[in-house]
Amino acid sequence: MRLRRKSPPHPGPLPGGEGAGLLLGLILAWLVAYPLLLTLAEALGSPNWTLSHFAEFLRRPDEWRALWGSLWISLATTALAAAIGVPLAFLFERTEFPGRRMLGTLIALPVVLPPLVGVIAFLFLYGEGGFLSRAVQAATRSAEPPWRLSGPAAILLVHAYTMFVYFYLFTRAGLARLDAAFLEAAAALGAGRARVLRKVTLPLLRPALAGAALLTFMTSLGSFSAPYLMGGTFRVMTTQIVFSRLNGDTEMAMVETITLAALALVGLSFLQRAEKRREVAGAIRGAAPGRRQLARGVLVATSGWIFAALLLLPHATLLLLSFVPAGTWTTQLLPPVFSISNWRSVFSEPERLRPIVNSLWMAAAATAGALLLGFAAADTAVRRRSRTGPVLETLLALPWALPGTVFAVAFAAAFSKNAPWAGRFVLVGTAAILPLAYLARNLPLTGRAAFAGLRQLDPALEEAAASLGASPWRRRLRVTLPLIAPALSAGVALAFLTALGDFVVSIVLYTFETRPISIEILSSLRMTETGVAAAYGVLLALLSAVVFLVWGARSTDDARARPPG
Amino acid sequence: MNQFLLLDHLEKTFGSLRVIADLSLEVAEGEILALLGPSGSGKTTVLRLVAGFETPDSGRVVVEEEDVTRTPPERRRFGMVFQHYALFPHMTVAENVAFGLEAQGMGRGEAAARVAETLAVVDLSGFQGRRVTQLSGGQQQRVALARALAPRPRVLLLDEPLSNLDPTLRERTRRELARVIRRVGITTVFVTHEQEEAFDLADRVAVIHRGALQQVGSPEALYESPATRFVASFIGRSNALPATWDAAGNVAVLPTGQRWPAVPGDPVSGGKPVDLLVRPESLVFADAGAAGAVPGTVVARRYGGRASLFIVALEGLAEVEVSADSRAARPEERVAVAPSSEGPMPRVYSKERNSETPA
Repeated sequence: MRLRRKSPPHPGPLPGGEGAGLLLGLILAWLVAYPLLLTLAEALGSPNWTLSHFAEFLRRPDEWRALWGSLWISLATTALAAAIGVPLAFLFERTEFPGRRMLGTLIALPVVLPPLVGVIAFLFLYGEGGFLSRAVQAATRSAEPPWRLSGPAAILLVHAYTMFVYFYLFTRAGLARLDAAFLEAAAALGAGRARVLRKVTLPLLRPALAGAALLTFMTSLGSFSAPYLMGGTFRVMTTQIVFSRLNGDTEMAMVETITLAALALVGLSFLQRAEKRREVAGAIRGAAPGRRQLARGVLVATSGWIFAALLLLPHATLLLLSFVPAGTWTTQLLPPVFSISNWRSVFSEPERLRPIVNSLWMAAAATAGALLLGFAAADTAVRRRSRTGPVLETLLALPWALPGTVFAVAFAAAFSKNAPWAGRFVLVGTAAILPLAYLARNLPLTGRAAFAGLRQLDPALEEAAASLGASPWRRRLRVTLPLIAPALSAGVALAFLTALGDFVVSIVLYTFETRPISIEILSSLRMTETGVAAAYGVLLALLSAVVFLVWGARSTDDARARPPG
Repeated sequence: MNQFLLLDHLEKTFGSLRVIADLSLEVAEGEILALLGPSGSGKTTVLRLVAGFETPDSGRVVVEEEDVTRTPPERRRFGMVFQHYALFPHMTVAENVAFGLEAQGMGRGEAAARVAETLAVVDLSGFQGRRVTQLSGGQQQRVALARALAPRPRVLLLDEPLSNLDPTLRERTRRELARVIRRVGITTVFVTHEQEEAFDLADRVAVIHRGALQQVGSPEALYESPATRFVASFIGRSNALPATWDAAGNVAVLPTGQRWPAVPGDPVSGGKPVDLLVRPESLVFADAGAAGAVPGTVVARRYGGRASLFIVALEGLAEVEVSADSRAARPEERVAVAPSSEGPMPRVYSKERNSETPA
């Protein structure tokens, strides 16, 4: 791709830019901002405006506990993730040992696996009936399982497992960007290794670390699968919202949703501030520091492989369990029977195949829609230089900042009434609601990719096409789209995966007819069809891993653009 | 003059910045016109207005008596070569060159023949299947030219066509470019900030400064009779000295009292302070007692073979450059400098008129 160089005032606003910008702005606002405003209105008792629901929220100790739970779980997750991710980043970026490249990519894998799949894999491995506890139970000849994988500690374990990757990727990127001259200058001034680290390296990494910290915090704040399946009686805001709804306490659910959204937006404003500083640090660029050949390279490599194996162990468990027929594994240490019956049932029974088909078409439709809207917005803002550009970009990015639960509840509130003149339709309970919600959640991924792609493309290429007589449509199809396709494909791949594995939005909005894979996993678990649930999980994980290894590994930006789930 | 392309009182502002101010130009059919100016002068904006990438706030662009001011670029039938060529990196050479033909709806066979023919003109026969990313800078430039010429445009526009090339390649490429344009015989407007390039390629040169046309004419006219203080200092080398204008005697009186013959470059009135602009070749080393001689010391010599450029600090005045025989003086030598009877006549420009224009 050609980068734009000298930039004369490019290009003149094309006719129709403002009209298109306005229309797009309306569509995006309707999808992204409007449901939230309606939720706020309902929390305020519309049409009989009142603050009493908020007052009620403040009076209830369990609400305070959930709020506090969200906050401290997120902070603790951040600390844990940093403690694992940062040292690993130093190891993989600063040293050289056999297998470094491959391991380096492999350990980033947990970030793209759907959160729900990670959680059930953990349960199967470390949970009450899991491999590990059975082994311990057998070894100690105890009648009871040695532990229960439940409560805040369990949530933290799963969070640390998935989210250390943010610190790992950000720190690695930050280290790779670091100018070796700084370190050499410090060393030449007589600073030892520890001092260089403390006085030079870490301060320079601060923006990257701040970015990773806030991303981890936000992801953890919006996390739903782990607290929902492992929380037990321990509640965080996301689960509290869903249980309030389940209990029919709609107003309270709205207040909780608004509170969580506000918390997330405060987080986002911090994130953006950290981002700005990151760019400043990124502007300093010389040669990256060289790698230190590790004396005990083989030892490090071996422990690296063990670590990677540990990371993949939950998913290996899942694979194993997918071959265990229902009801055959009771009290034994290891499953006595293996067969492909679960897999056969998943692919041959129409009712079992349906969730897969549902997830595939809904994710595809949502991604296509999000791509279309994202590209149209980027084209209007970047190429036609519409004055609506900044508004479009903000609206596209907004869903990224909001926990999936907030989004889902807002959608449920907005589209359960029929008021066409107010832009409200009864979509809840129809096949349209989930793809639409996935679409809105995917907008940041496709939008970001489209904006970045277009901004990096030399505008002279389109002008050249114009001067050669090509119409605006021909220019986009023959020149612009083929050239930004690589940039778009990463965003599209991640958007598709997010929708495919979605649980947090689906659990609020699904209907039986359009239930996606994640919901089917949950109901299989409830019916103690562990093997079937595992087979679905393996399917989702495999799809995600393949897409990740093809596209995802290329940059931190991609991982960062993934919305919290 | 046989007027083919007309820029008629063009005005353009970006925000509060006036980039083009009342600019009018005529280009004859088959003529090559250079738009010359320092960076930020607005010359590229003029080219973009002609190409249709910008729309003027007022004024017209007329070609063959057709007003194209509001016509989008794709319907103007103008060919353009971009500064960085803007070749489509995902297409081969042939696909690039055929792009404009395809947009016209030309059939495959005819287009292939035209591509071959145009590539032959730029001396790239047989390059059809190459990827543009595999080409050298000079080859890329020729592909860009072929792509612009293939649809047989009415006007060829070039934006700094040589600036992206290695200096050693530039002169050869310039000659090839001139050869191709002359052979095709197309009306051409090109933008450059390099005087040598403009003088070498163009029939006429339009000097642009701060969005305004300063002067348009042949290289000789620009060098020997610059119409503004800016043209006098921007084109070629020149020395600027403060002076007072004596209109009756047609002489500039230096602050140190010497009287140097000169002609007015712009309307100046007698007795007023002026800037006196003198070319280095219009000065000579003279005897201390000669008419108009100013004493000074040679500060440095920039060696240039037979003739060298001497930097001389004139007593009570400024440093000036004098072009003279390389052996005429040595650094630190005391000399006297006087106006020569050869070389372009020194010119004076009024001070107030140019007060906001730095040299």
